[in-house]
Formats: sequence, C-alpha cells, structure tokens
Amino acid sequence: MYRSHVLVCGGTGCTSSGTPKILECLNEEINKAGLKNEVAVVQTGCHGLCALGPIVIVYPEATFYSMVKPEDVPEIVNEHLLKGRIVQRLVYDETKTEEGTVTSINETAFYKKQHRVALRNCGVINPENIDEYIATGGYEALGRVLTEYTPDQVIQMITDSGLRGRGGGGFPTGLKWKLARANEADQKYVCCNADEGDPGAFMDRSILEGDPHVVLEAMAIAGYAIGANQGYIYVRAEYPIAVKRLSIAIEQAREYGLLGKNIFGTGFDFDIELRLGAGAFVCGEETALMTSIEGNRGEPRPRPPFPAQKGLFGKPTLLNNVETYANIPQIILNGPEWFASMGTEKSKGTKVFALGGKINNTGLVEIPMGTTLREVVEEIGGGIPNGKKFKAAQTGGPSGGCIPAEHFDIPIDYDNLISIGSMMGSGGLIVMDEDNCMVDIAKFFLEFTVDESCGKCTPCRIGTKRLHEMLDKITQGQGTLEDIDKLEELCYYIKENSLCGLGQSAPNPVLSTIKYFRDEYVSHVVDKKCPAGVCKALLSYVIDPELCKGCTLCARICPNNAISGKVKEAHSIDQSKCVKCGACIEKCRFGAISKR
Amino acid sequence: MKSLEELRAIRANMQAQMGLRKEDGNQTRIVVGMATCGIASGARPVLVALSDAVQEKGLKNVTVTQTGCIGLCKYEPIVEVIEPGKEKVTYVKMTPEKALEVLEKHIIRGQIVKEYTISEMIG
Repeated sequence: MYRSHVLVCGGTGCTSSGTPKILECLNEEINKAGLKNEVAVVQTGCHGLCALGPIVIVYPEATFYSMVKPEDVPEIVNEHLLKGRIVQRLVYDETKTEEGTVTSINETAFYKKQHRVALRNCGVINPENIDEYIATGGYEALGRVLTEYTPDQVIQMITDSGLRGRGGGGFPTGLKWKLARANEADQKYVCCNADEGDPGAFMDRSILEGDPHVVLEAMAIAGYAIGANQGYIYVRAEYPIAVKRLSIAIEQAREYGLLGKNIFGTGFDFDIELRLGAGAFVCGEETALMTSIEGNRGEPRPRPPFPAQKGLFGKPTLLNNVETYANIPQIILNGPEWFASMGTEKSKGTKVFALGGKINNTGLVEIPMGTTLREVVEEIGGGIPNGKKFKAAQTGGPSGGCIPAEHFDIPIDYDNLISIGSMMGSGGLIVMDEDNCMVDIAKFFLEFTVDESCGKCTPCRIGTKRLHEMLDKITQGQGTLEDIDKLEELCYYIKENSLCGLGQSAPNPVLSTIKYFRDEYVSHVVDKKCPAGVCKALLSYVIDPELCKGCTLCARICPNNAISGKVKEAHSIDQSKCVKCGACIEKCRFGAISKR
Repeated sequence: MKSLEELRAIRANMQAQMGLRKEDGNQTRIVVGMATCGIASGARPVLVALSDAVQEKGLKNVTVTQTGCIGLCKYEPIVEVIEPGKEKVTYVKMTPEKALEVLEKHIIRGQIVKEYTISEMIG
C-alpha cells in the first residue's frame, strides 16, 4: 500500500520534453530518501496541457507541478514527499489561490469547460496496467454486453446515443454497425483506424497512449454486435509509444481472458492484432487502409461496394476511428440518453480537439459539441500570445477550411462547420493571428496533399500539383486576377472527380481562404503586397534614415552583406542582395528597420 | 476472465488503492505533521500506518496527507483530523497504535478520542 502517488505524464509531448529523465531521477531520489515503499511513481498518458509539460501530479494533495526539470526532482522528493511542503515555485499558476493553497486542476480555465469522456482515463491511470483500467470501470461494459444484451440491443443503444464517426466524416455509428451486422458471411472483421495523419492532430495518439484498453474493449463489443471474432488495429509506425502500449494492453487482456476464446464464459471469441502503417496519409482513407492491411500498396478503390458489404479480404468489415471507439463503453455503462444529453441536436456527445498554432494553451481538449469557437480559443485555450488579434482558425487539417473571425461565435458541430466551408475532420484546430498569410496557409496544405496524393486518380495527382503551382505563383507576386478564378474552377473540378476523400477534400483550404480572405489574394496579385508580411518575394526591408544611428550592427549581422553605410551615418539595404531573412530587424535597437 | 464477479473483485481491490487520486472537496482529511521535528519523533510510521489502514479498510472519502511544522514541536507527532463542516481535531504525541485507534473510533465511528487530543494533554 502506498500513501502517495506521483503521476508523471508519459504522453509524447512530455516524453520529448524530458519525462524519461524525470522518472529516473524520481526513482533514484525516492530510494535515497527511503520512501520506496510509501510512494508509488506512475507513468500516465497525456493530461492535455502539453504547453506546460513535463507535468508531475502528486496525490493525495493533487498538486499540479508544471514544466518540471530533472534538477527540480530532489526538491520535490525532499520537500513535498518527505516533509509535506508543497514546492510553490513549480506549481501551475492557475491552481494557486490567494491564501497560498492549491486548488484542483479541474477548477482552472483550461479544464473547467472541458468534459472528458473519450479522454477520461488519459493522465489518470497507468496505461500499462490493466488493473488500473479495471478500477475505473474498465471491461464492465463488455461483460454486461455479453451477459445481458443481444447484438441488436447493443446496436440500438449506439444508434439511440446519436454517436457519429469521430474520424471526420460524421457518419452515424449505429447505422454503420447495423449495416455490418445485416450482411451475412462466414467471416467478418472489426477494424480500428488509428492512422491519424492530419498535421497538428494527436487525439487518437493520446487515447492509444493513455488508455489503450478502452479501444480493445470497444472493438470486442463491436465484434459481438456485428458478429465478428477478429479485429485489426491499423496504427502508424511513427507512433512508437502507442504501438508499445497497445501491444502490452493486448497481451494483458489475453492473459485475463478478456480477449481470446470464451470471454466471460459466454462462448464469445474475439482477438485483436496490430498492423503498422508506414505513414502514408492516404491510408487513413477506409478502402486504402484495408488494402494496406491485406498487404498491398495502400491505394483507395471506388465505393460501392462499401466496407460493410465487401471490406477486408472481401468480407463484411466494420471500420471506426479510435476516438469513436473510446466513447462506446461509456455509452453502454451510462446509457444512450446520457450521451445524447450532451451536444447539439444533430451532433451528440463531446469532441476532442488538438489546439495548436498561435494559442497560449497548446494541447488537447475535450468539449461538448456546440461549444463556441470563442470559448475554445479565449477561455480554454487561454487566448492568443503577445496580444495579437485572432484572424482565423483552421479545422480539419488538409481536408478542412478556415473559420474567420466573423464566425467566432459559431457553435462547433459537424453540420455548422460544413455550412461555413470547413469540416470537423479528426479535430486539429490551428489558430492563426494577424501575422499569418492566408495564401501561404493554403499553399502549405496543398504542398502536403501534393506529397501525400497516392497518384491513382488523375484529378488528385495532377490537379493538386497545378493548384500548388498557381498558389506559388501568387505568393511570388506573379499571379493575375484570372488565376484566382482559375484556382476556384480547378478546385471544383478536383472535388467533383477525385476517387477518394483525400482528393475530394484537398481543395477545401484553397476554397475557404478565397471565400473569406479574397482581398488578401487580390493584394498579392494587384498590389504585389503580402498584408501579413509573410511571402518573402513581396517584401522589402527598409531602413528609416531618420531613426538609423549608424551603429553598423545590422551591416555586421547581415549574412549576405546587403547592408552598407558609414559609422554614425544612416545605412541602406541593397534590395538586389537582400535575402529577407529578417536578422537585421531583430538586431536593430532603434526600430529603424521595417518590412514593407 | 470467467465471470463479471471476477472482474468486479479485481475492481474493488484496485479502487481502494486508486482512491488516493480522487479530487473532491467532500473528503475527510487526516493530516500528519512531517517537518524535521515530526519525523524525528516518529511521524513516518504514524503516516504509513494511517495510509495503509485507510486503503486496507477501503475507506472512501478519506485522504491521508502530510504538512510541515505546526509549531508545537514538543507534542509531535501531531495528527489533525479535518472533517467537512466540522471543527478541526488535533491529536498529539501519536504512535502507530494510537493513530489506528483514532482511525477506528473517530473516523469510522465518529467518536473523538478525547484523551489523545491537544486540549487534554496541555490541559
């Protein structure tokens, strides 16, 4: 028995900022202090506040230490664990009260408006210990489903809950299960799409790393519901921590008889295997994913037949996303009404978003559907750094679009986002301020889709390349007004004619930026200016002779010797030599250099 | 896993240990003074005995934590019991045995163990 638990975040964010070293120091110092039998050190999954990592939480006081460094560890052990004095300087500011005590992390702005269903165990349990998952109610849902409900009842519960696919499409999950059940076959499969590929999205990764058993449990429930006894999880090989913890989880579940033959003595068999993806974005598309599991090159194929009819190895297959599965056991345990009570009319429950870009609290948040973008950015996200102004939020990654400030108060759900030209996608949410150029953003995403297009169909393979070229021409200052119209026309053509979701959604970043920020495109084309000051070809760096003191610092720092002038006289920049690196602006102490 | 009962047994056993990670204001707090003075006069075994017993007995809504010097070094080890909505009770010169008695009588049955409290000792 331990009197104190020290939780150290072992998500990918915190791991890369030093968790392994901290764990090592903690164990060493705890041994030295003779507390080995009193204090348990537990590595958990992601807490969501990645911007403040590495995170260490000490229970029973629930003290939330942020940005902990290995050299802070002896102080935590000797002061807090040994003598019971909280190390104030490491405590997350938001949890400090005026009286000098510490409040629960759940009271802070970042967590207060969150409602954690899919992420409920992330950062709370040790993902490598099945007993901790069981302690939070794990596998109870599977047990009840197998002993108390018929497959049709299970599907009805999922249907009644209103759950929709969290991978981006938003297809009703209950209906998907029903279709897979309806198709008779000697063999069926349950698959999990863990090929999370959107730049900036990491919710699936965090669920797999922080609570792998929930996915296994939900897949077994799905297997029972549709009549399958084999599952596959298709996970990216670039997620090594997720792969490791999934493998451990599968092994533990087999040991406990929660996977394998005759589960809960009911005669139901179900097992799961991992398949590692090599990191192709297109393999997140369902038909390409299954082709890849079969051992072939990951390319999509036309639908119909849909996976529920002819999927993996030509058999009826159910394919859901990680976050979708993470909701299933809670729906069974708390009832579909509970789930349907959260969210908006057509989008029930909660959604996890990965906050990134120009925002203070970079990290992972789970909010009820219908929360406004303003609440997410200003309250939970802690606003935009350096007092800059909100310009737009990009949702849905390379398949989504931008939401401008005029839609700041829109309640976030599947249908609202589509109606304003974006989409939920897997839930990446990148915040942009006035220093972001929208043409450049569109170009960035197109560069990504050009790289990731599998090349099977022409509209996507060649169309995205042409889109990228036209965007590049505009950022170089060589575009014409006609190009903007051509861009739009090509976008619609690609959307209409591409084979799979990748191509059909690839033009979205272009279309939505043209729709909301056409004036920015026009200034690139007509005025040859980039209003945000990003596109290098359209910028010139100028020294104001009134302000320049002739200190020569800029001339010495310039990597290309583009700045000349005599000591104590105004300097000037030779535009033909300037490489627009911005080094001179940073160094000038008199604010004499500006971008135009 | 052969039955739901088997699963529930594992859960009940683990929940006692995981209870430590609960965060709510409605808990009874048992606070042990763990400054140098407390440790020197034997607060560590008291703390360990209390936290073990709370988990063994599966007491929900009870947390055992530690604090620094309370200022009455002469009377260490000191244990404070803070129940929501009630006045704090301070026990002094604790030993593991006395602490367990307090847990049994005060925390579980609700009877303050008068003879160990600070008001009795100092008079």
